[in-house]
Amino acid sequence: MFWTVTRTLLEGFGTSAEIFALTLVFALPLGLLVALGSMSKWAPLRGLARGDSPAWLRALAGLRPISAVVEVVVWVIRGTPLMLQLAVIFYVPGMVLGTNPWGSGTQGRITATVAAFVINYACYFSVIYRGGIQGVPQGQREAGQVLGMTRAQIFFRVTLLQMVKRVVPPMSNEIITLVKDTSLANTIGVVELIRAGSTFRTNGGLVWPFFYTAVFYLVFVGVLTILFNWLEKKLDYFKV
Amino acid sequence: MAILQVEGIQKQFGKTPVLRDISFELEQGQALAIIGSSGSGKTTLLRCLNFLERPDQGRITVGGQVLFDAGDPATQREGEVRKKRLHFGLVFQSFNLFPQYTALENVMLAGQLLAREREDFKQNKKRIYADIEARGLALLERMGLADRAGHYPHQLSGGQQQRVAIARALALQPDILCFDEPTSALDPELTGEVLKVIRALAEQKTTMIIVTHEMAFARDVADQVIFMDGGVIVEQGEARQVIEHPQEERTRQFLSRYSEN
Repeated sequence: MFWTVTRTLLEGFGTSAEIFALTLVFALPLGLLVALGSMSKWAPLRGLARGDSPAWLRALAGLRPISAVVEVVVWVIRGTPLMLQLAVIFYVPGMVLGTNPWGSGTQGRITATVAAFVINYACYFSVIYRGGIQGVPQGQREAGQVLGMTRAQIFFRVTLLQMVKRVVPPMSNEIITLVKDTSLANTIGVVELIRAGSTFRTNGGLVWPFFYTAVFYLVFVGVLTILFNWLEKKLDYFKV
Repeated sequence: MAILQVEGIQKQFGKTPVLRDISFELEQGQALAIIGSSGSGKTTLLRCLNFLERPDQGRITVGGQVLFDAGDPATQREGEVRKKRLHFGLVFQSFNLFPQYTALENVMLAGQLLAREREDFKQNKKRIYADIEARGLALLERMGLADRAGHYPHQLSGGQQQRVAIARALALQPDILCFDEPTSALDPELTGEVLKVIRALAEQKTTMIIVTHEMAFARDVADQVIFMDGGVIVEQGEARQVIEHPQEERTRQFLSRYSEN
């Protein structure tokens, strides 16, 4: 029985790991894009106002549309439960279009899950990235500038690694949270680890497989922890 | 002819004027100290020379070449600013060494990146890099840091970090080396070693502009002194003359605050 359960849970774990990996692959770069968007200084109406213009005109001139839109999106995503976002992504397109674009099969549900997770995690990552970028002192960029370095050289040779070092601890936190958030996929019928464990209870009254799932999460998070510790050690040779 | 001519520099931050009509000249091989209280515009002036701030008005000429003219947009193209910066070196108050590089790597980095733009880089890469390394090591030795080449900034004292920063600025052989309060972030017992290095540079006739609060140092090391207050040059002249026998009342008041301590 133990091996049957273990094998079933491993299958569920495979799905969880798939959601985890795909979410990271897309959310890590997307988060950087969102971060750059939220820091965008583009103000197309800047020319409208002078120092002596009325307040409302100056406010309009100071508007940074990209940054504003991105910040509203981040607020909505961080301000609502991921479980709700998952339901919206999976069900609402079907309600609007009449047919479910994700399809009713398992793969469609997983795709919808990954889509919702990528959006959600990109927003959280973006805030961490932004902190990392803004945390590099202005003096570092200026030192590069007075040494005749180009913007690209300053980014890749000076600020990038300092930024990476700053974001590793908070990112490891988010990534570990993501491992356990994959369990939310079972709310739209994905048979991930939690669902795999609870089937034994609903079908045969076996409770222990449900609790046994904890071991899989723990081992996975344990491996990730070792990985992050190694990375932090790697970057330990300098201080920021 | 003066190596540096600064004419009519004006700069406002928002509605606050920080520099109002700054003009001065500096001869090759001379050291100029700029003194004045905080907020007098000294640092902003240095930042304008290094193109970290863009003056609203005025002209900056180095070695007869107009580097910046507020009235001539052709002198303000972004792409050329980078190259023009190389006429000046800047040593920051807070060192701003790159923490992920060793002392030697800090000194070599910009030179290595600039070397890539040379036409013969591909053929002579090895020799060029070897030259840069040899020069970097020689500079660190001049700073008394030969045994610290492989240390990272966090493993160095403030005074050592600042000396690495000076070596880094010298590595690109600027026409004029600028110091922005180079000892203000240091513990008193560490200022001496940095001042000693700057003094040695002055003796070797390095053209320098030093913003400083060390009056005795300015008097002894600088050839010229400028006293700034409220964004204008109140008094300028031969260093010993200005600091020991100031002509202007405001200069006298400022200096008396230092002699009291």
